[in-house]
Amino acid sequence: MLEELDGLDRVERAQYLLELSDEFSEVPEVIATRPFPENRRVPKCESEAFVWAQDQDDGTLKFHYAVENPLGISARAMGVILDETLSGQPVDQVASVPPDIVHRIFGRQLSMGKGEGLAAMVEYSTYEARRRLQSR
Amino acid sequence: MSDINSRGYANADALVSTDWVAKHGNDDGVRIVESNEDPLLYPSGHIPGAVEIDWAADLNDQLRRDYLDRDGFASLMSSKGISNDTTVVLYGDRSNWWACYALWIFQLFGHTNAKIMDGGRLKWEAEGRELTREAPNVAAASYNAPERDDSVVRAFRDDVLTHIGISGQMIDVRSPEEYSGERLHMPDFPNEGALRGGHIPGAANVPWATAANEDGTFKDASALRDIYEGNAGLDSDDDVIVYCRIGERSSHTWFVLTNLLGYGNVKNYDGSWTEWGNSVGVPIEK
Repeated sequence: MLEELDGLDRVERAQYLLELSDEFSEVPEVIATRPFPENRRVPKCESEAFVWAQDQDDGTLKFHYAVENPLGISARAMGVILDETLSGQPVDQVASVPPDIVHRIFGRQLSMGKGEGLAAMVEYSTYEARRRLQSR
Repeated sequence: MSDINSRGYANADALVSTDWVAKHGNDDGVRIVESNEDPLLYPSGHIPGAVEIDWAADLNDQLRRDYLDRDGFASLMSSKGISNDTTVVLYGDRSNWWACYALWIFQLFGHTNAKIMDGGRLKWEAEGRELTREAPNVAAASYNAPERDDSVVRAFRDDVLTHIGISGQMIDVRSPEEYSGERLHMPDFPNEGALRGGHIPGAANVPWATAANEDGTFKDASALRDIYEGNAGLDSDDDVIVYCRIGERSSHTWFVLTNLLGYGNVKNYDGSWTEWGNSVGVPIEK
């Protein structure tokens, strides 16, 4: 995905990410219902994103996201990307994903405010993986 | 929120309502421009006929930290179907931060026939108005841009140092935590971070959002005077410099002071805290 994004210009990248955002499916009710617990809220994310990491039988994690801000289109795209790329992957690999990867995904011109919120989604997701590693 | 013309603004013509845009957005001689922080918002749906101007990709020089030059601005305007006499109406996310930023940059090239849609994208959406993903078919326009004039509404670091020397009025529009130096931005983002926290000596802290209502519209002139004159001690005759982190939030306050309250000499220090907080030897207060 990153290599594909690297080859896109700004407009193509936006279109690609928008299509991902359209694929966003919210956390299923079996995992969480509103009002979502505050301890699942992503800090610093003005799109009001929430993260859940569901333990799988094979030791990996299945990630779920909710984005409460209707303008949180980038956050929804980020949720789709994180679910597609982190769910089912070895936990140690998930734990090592750096938060500044958001700039490679969204482009170097991402503003700091937006970048902070998206990076916090990555950080929260990888924190869940680190937490599992520490408990093993 | 009340009708724009009843709010007591010095230059009510600088604002248009969502109703006005719905009625006149596609008139000849009018170009609606969306400018956002979120790069996915415009392609996700915009006001029919609106073009996009991106604060980073379109308005900034891609090598130096500066704005585009005369040729770049003329080329940008042409590509967006804007001629010298086009009425440009800007709107965007975050209560029009980036719309005000773009409008401020338009002033550097003398394009004063530019307005803000009150309430921005949030209000348009909240009113259930039409959004489209269809890119407008815009014919290139002819645009003759003058040389960029930074002398009127833009302040540089040395201007700020001089301003400190004469105890000039300054408004830091960042959050109280940034103003106090309690908060420095994430170390993962050094491109917009700063090595030192605090504020420029003598600056009053009036966060930009105090000028906005919950729905993103601007407060009326009486409320704005209470904030900037009653609380912060400004006077409309003052020379004022406003700043934030990179000059976008302070563009919002620049717009308020200049257009809504009629201040005649307000400059935006776009270097802002990312320059000041990294500069060697400049004074800082906490």
